[in-house]
Amino acid sequence: MASKFLKSNRTGWLMAGPAAALIGCFVILPFVFAIILSFTNQRLVSPNAAEFTGLANYRQLLGMATLTLDPVKDEAGVVKLAADGTPEYPAVRSFTRNNPDHPDLAGMREWFSFDHGDSRTFILARDVVFMQALLNTFIFVLVVAPLQGGLALGLALLINQRLRGINLFRAIYFMPVVVSIVVVSLLWRFIYDGQSGLLNNLLGAISFGAMPKVDWLGNPNTALGAIILMSVWQAVGFHMVIWLSGLQTISPTLYEAGAIEGASKWQTFRYITWPGLRNTAVLVLIVITMQAFALFAQIDVMTGGGPLDSTQTIVFQAVERGYGKQDISGGSTISVILFVIVLSISMIQRWLTRERT
Amino acid sequence: MAQISADNHGLRLYTRYAVLVLIAVIFIFPLVFMVVSSLKPDQQLLADTASLRAFLPVGDISLNNYTAAFQRAPVGLFIMNSVIVTGVTVVLSLLACSAAAFAFVFVNWKGRELVLSLILATLIVPFETIAIPLLLISSQLPWIGLDGLTSGWLNTYRVQIIPFIADGLTIFLFVQYFKDLPGELIEAARVEGASWGQIYRRIVMPLAGPVLATAAILKFLVMYNQYLWPLMVVQDEAYRPVMVGLQYFFQLNIAWGEVMAYLSLITVPVLAFYLYLQKAFIASIASTGVKG
Repeated sequence: MASKFLKSNRTGWLMAGPAAALIGCFVILPFVFAIILSFTNQRLVSPNAAEFTGLANYRQLLGMATLTLDPVKDEAGVVKLAADGTPEYPAVRSFTRNNPDHPDLAGMREWFSFDHGDSRTFILARDVVFMQALLNTFIFVLVVAPLQGGLALGLALLINQRLRGINLFRAIYFMPVVVSIVVVSLLWRFIYDGQSGLLNNLLGAISFGAMPKVDWLGNPNTALGAIILMSVWQAVGFHMVIWLSGLQTISPTLYEAGAIEGASKWQTFRYITWPGLRNTAVLVLIVITMQAFALFAQIDVMTGGGPLDSTQTIVFQAVERGYGKQDISGGSTISVILFVIVLSISMIQRWLTRERT
Repeated sequence: MAQISADNHGLRLYTRYAVLVLIAVIFIFPLVFMVVSSLKPDQQLLADTASLRAFLPVGDISLNNYTAAFQRAPVGLFIMNSVIVTGVTVVLSLLACSAAAFAFVFVNWKGRELVLSLILATLIVPFETIAIPLLLISSQLPWIGLDGLTSGWLNTYRVQIIPFIADGLTIFLFVQYFKDLPGELIEAARVEGASWGQIYRRIVMPLAGPVLATAAILKFLVMYNQYLWPLMVVQDEAYRPVMVGLQYFFQLNIAWGEVMAYLSLITVPVLAFYLYLQKAFIASIASTGVKG
């Protein structure tokens, strides 16, 4: 590359310039904007200029506190019981609204609570819905990453055998990947329907009618699980193909050597296949994690975040604020939080799967 | 002895195929259900879900749902919008990203390393994290068009096209591919006095068939399936793409037959295209997994 014939500053900038300018303008600039806007109160359309507000947006989204309360006792010192027989506690509201003794709790709401000993601890959050969205997104990622990665590897191993017609099966397993997630979500809304949904009918037929009909997306206990299952169905073929290309980089001579040594199927996988897939595993894990954190279309089409906020997600919240409520700074703050999470997780994954020497 | 083991082998072969077929059913039946249901009147569609008839085109079969879908929404317009946005973006993306990769791999210029590493760094920025500030930027960008200088890109084709022309992944794919081409060829052509434009057009691009196919397919899938972005920046029906057009069918009482007809209409052409170019599609996904 040292040749003088290949040197040309003008050509280099001329040819790389358009793409570099576009990326600068539509990726890097908005990224920098996201960080700056998260420290302001910018709105999409506003007569007033935006003001610098410091960490207010972050405090509003992430503010949390704990409040430990003892049960209410009457004059005799006996614990008062509520109608359902559990001890009664003072109303959390009396601490978070107009309480001069606890200015730091003002505006917070109860997220959840737990009992220990004779008292109860309340976890308060300034933005309970966003906390729920964070939690749901983490659950989604923690379930989808191993489930989808593992199933995709299983399918890749299944497809990687020499059988007549195997390409047909590979093509079929990959089919949902080319179908838009929006289309898939609407289609599965029908499959999950509580009345005439295919899933209920299928489970009913298998269990000879013993299985009761479930409104999969209308029930806070099943909605997120239903979305997880569908998302895996749609995307697993994508990662199957990536695993497959990793499998094909493993030299056949290693397998021959293993066969000569009399290695069992499990030993072959454990000592030949898996070590050969290390780089692929890192890539698959990072890609699934990044895609999973971006969960949006499924929620928008299937549940709108409900029921009872059980399917709220980070990106859904960012869009609801930044676009729905035109609160650009709030949406940008959520975007920055999302980026920090994605970046830290992919760094942790890289570190955990690093080559140990 | 040999007889037994042959039988055993046959049995194992059958189980293998049984497993493969069972999994195939899981992947294919929802899609079969979609297409089959689009041909049935709502009442029959709902009744059929109780049996295997759900997956068979039986009973009162017609294209009525398709006619109704076209009456409910300007379906033709949505499809045209998606074709325009997708087609233009794919073509411009191939041009801009291949030219940039050419400059990064073959040309020696000041700033090359820095610009390339900045571009590759954007690979870890998910689009979802920049969508909101990009919305603000797009609402205020100027444009010089037929009606002079205007401000704001909302409700246009350009807001759906221009931000997606250049991206880190496409440039990365071209860079990886160009690195494997013989660099001596380029140098020899320079020594012979060929211009950079000639080398790009006559030598490098004719050799770039596989990577062009890969990049085009990936871009096509991303652009045709866009949802979040057009949802935010296109309220005007005239520029709405197919995925956002789906909203016309989310009513309180969903007419499922029409929904299935619309879903089939926007999905079956892509599936047919995929089945026709199956090898290229799969190779394009696989190549994103080849780490440099």
